[in-house]
Amino acid sequence: MTHRGSPSRTLHVAALARVEGEGAMHVEVRNGHVTDVQLQIYEPPRFFEAFLRGRAFTEPPDITARVCGICPVAYQMSACAAIEDACGVSIDPAVSQLRRLLYCGEWIESHALHVYLLHAPDFLGFDGAVELARTNRSIVERGLQLKKVGNQIMEAIGGRAIHPVNVRVGGFYRVPSPEELSPLAERLRWALDAGLATLRWVAGFNFPDFDIDHELLAVSQAGTYPIDAGGRLSSSGGLDFDVKDFERHVVEEQVAHSNALHARLVGRGSYMVGPLARYCLNFSRLSPLAREAAIDAGLGAVCRNPFRSIVVRSVELVYACEEALRLIESYEPPARPFAVVAPRAAVGYGCTEAPRGALYHRYDLAADGTILAARIVPPTSQNQAAIEHDLSRFVDARLDLPTPELTSACEQAIRNYDPCISCATHFLDLHLDRQ
Amino acid sequence: MSCVDVLPHKVVVIGVGNPYRGDDGVGPEAARRVRAAAPGWVEVMEHDGEPAGLLDAWDAADLAIVVDAVRSSGVDPGHVHRVEITESRYPASTPTVSSHGIDPGDVVELARALGRLPRRLVLYGIEGANFAPGLGLSTEVGASVNGLVTRVLNEVAADVP
Repeated sequence: MTHRGSPSRTLHVAALARVEGEGAMHVEVRNGHVTDVQLQIYEPPRFFEAFLRGRAFTEPPDITARVCGICPVAYQMSACAAIEDACGVSIDPAVSQLRRLLYCGEWIESHALHVYLLHAPDFLGFDGAVELARTNRSIVERGLQLKKVGNQIMEAIGGRAIHPVNVRVGGFYRVPSPEELSPLAERLRWALDAGLATLRWVAGFNFPDFDIDHELLAVSQAGTYPIDAGGRLSSSGGLDFDVKDFERHVVEEQVAHSNALHARLVGRGSYMVGPLARYCLNFSRLSPLAREAAIDAGLGAVCRNPFRSIVVRSVELVYACEEALRLIESYEPPARPFAVVAPRAAVGYGCTEAPRGALYHRYDLAADGTILAARIVPPTSQNQAAIEHDLSRFVDARLDLPTPELTSACEQAIRNYDPCISCATHFLDLHLDRQ
Repeated sequence: MSCVDVLPHKVVVIGVGNPYRGDDGVGPEAARRVRAAAPGWVEVMEHDGEPAGLLDAWDAADLAIVVDAVRSSGVDPGHVHRVEITESRYPASTPTVSSHGIDPGDVVELARALGRLPRRLVLYGIEGANFAPGLGLSTEVGASVNGLVTRVLNEVAADVP
C-alpha cells in the first residue's frame, strides 16, 4: 500500500471499463504532487473527415452516423444542418419538429444507458450493472425500459434504433402517420414518471465536493432547451458566436499521447461541453416540470460538480420524455417529407447537442455537391483537456488513498464525463506513476 | 388442449458483431447464412451486442443461439467453441471482442440477475485472427463459417419438441 508519505507512484488503468471505446489513463506523482495526467487514446484514428472528401453532399448523414452506435442521430443532425446551411435551404418547421423528436429518442436511450448501467453502480459501491441488478432488480428493469422507449422512438422515425436509415439531407425519406406515433405517447407517459423516479433515486446518492472552473460551452436554440438545431453557441464566460465562427473560437491540437485532438478556446484555454454546460447555460429554457424536479433534486440553476452530472442527465431525461410527448401530441405530418436540396459551391456549418455535448460539422462543397473538405469536432475531444485538468486536481487532493481506491476513484471521475472514446477517437486504462 | 400447449416454440439465432472490424463480422455473416437455410419459424437476427437489445432479442425464447467472435490465447483462428449457459457464469475463457460499454459476458449475467435468460442459451464463439478496422473475414475464419452454420442448424433441429 502506498500513501502520500511515499511520494512517487504511478496509477495506470490499462482498459477503462464502462466507457464507450478503447483507451487508458496514466497519472504521474512526483514529490507528493500530481505532475502529469494523460488520457491515452489508442483506438486507431478513424479518418472520417478524409474519406468524406470526394463523396456526394447527400452522403454524410449515413456515413457519419457510423462514427458512433450510441449517438448516430447527433451525427446525422449536425451533418444535415451543415449541408443545408451550405445549400441555403430552409426546412419546414414540421420536419424540424420531427427531427427534434427523433433526437429526444437518442437522448432518452443514451442517458438511460449511462445513468443506470454505466454510472449509478459507482455511487452504490457495485462493480457494475450486474451487481446492481442482483440487488436492485426493479430499478435496473426501469432503466432498461426507459432505454427501450428511446429506442422505440428511433425505430418509429429513424427506421431502426442503431444507425437510423430514414434521415436524409432536407428531412426524411418517409414521415410517420400520427397513428404510427400515438402508441409511443402511452409509453412516454410511463417514461416521464420513470424519469422523475430516476431523478429522485440519483438525487439521494453521495457526491464528493468537487467543482470545476472551466468555461462551459453549449449550443443556443432560440426559446428552447438546445437539442437539435441552433445557429449560435454561447459560453459561461460571455462568448456568443455564430456557428460559422466555431473554428475562429475553437482550435484543435495534436498531443503525443492520444489519437484524439485536444480542443481549446482561442485565448481562453480548455473548456467543457455536455450536460453540465447545457444545463448551466439553459436552465431557464427547461420546462417548468423539469426545472421544478431539478430544484427538488437539490440542484440550483448552476451545477459545476461533475459527480452530479448523473443528476443533470436525469433532469435531461425527464425533459426529453416530456418534450417527446409534447411533440407527439401536437404532431401533424409535414406536407412533404423532405425539402429538395440543390447543391452549390459553398461552405456550410452545423452544430447540435449530442447527449455528450456540442457536435460540430463543416462541409466545403463544389458546385456539383462533391465534398471538398469536411471537419468534425466531437464532444469528447473538446472535453479531453478539461478532463485531464480535473483529474489532476481530483487525484492531487486524494493522494493519501491507497492505490486501488485511488485508481477506482479516478475511473469513477472519468465516467462522470460519459466519454465516448469511439467518437473522439479517439479513448481508456489508468496509470499512476509515483517517483 | 390447453392454451399452454399451443404456444409456439420460439427459437432465435443471433449473430453478434461488427462487420467493419474484420473477424468480428463472423456473427452477422453466420446469421445471414442461417437465415437462408433455416425453417421460416426460426427468428434470425444480426445484432451489435447492445445489452438491452440482446435481452429483448432472446426474450421468452425456448432456445437462443448466440454466435460471436472470440479471442483467446493459444487457440487457432477459426476454431469454434460451444458453451451452453446453465448455472455457471459466462466462461472467462471465451472473452468476446467488444468496444461496448458492457462486456458481453456481463449481458448474460445481467439477464440472469433480471430473470431474463431464455430457457436454453447456447453460445458459439469463433476464434478470430484479425479485428482491425475493415471489411472481410480472415481466411481461417471464413473457412469455418459453413461448418459453424451446419452445427447451428442441427442444434435448432434437435431442439424441436
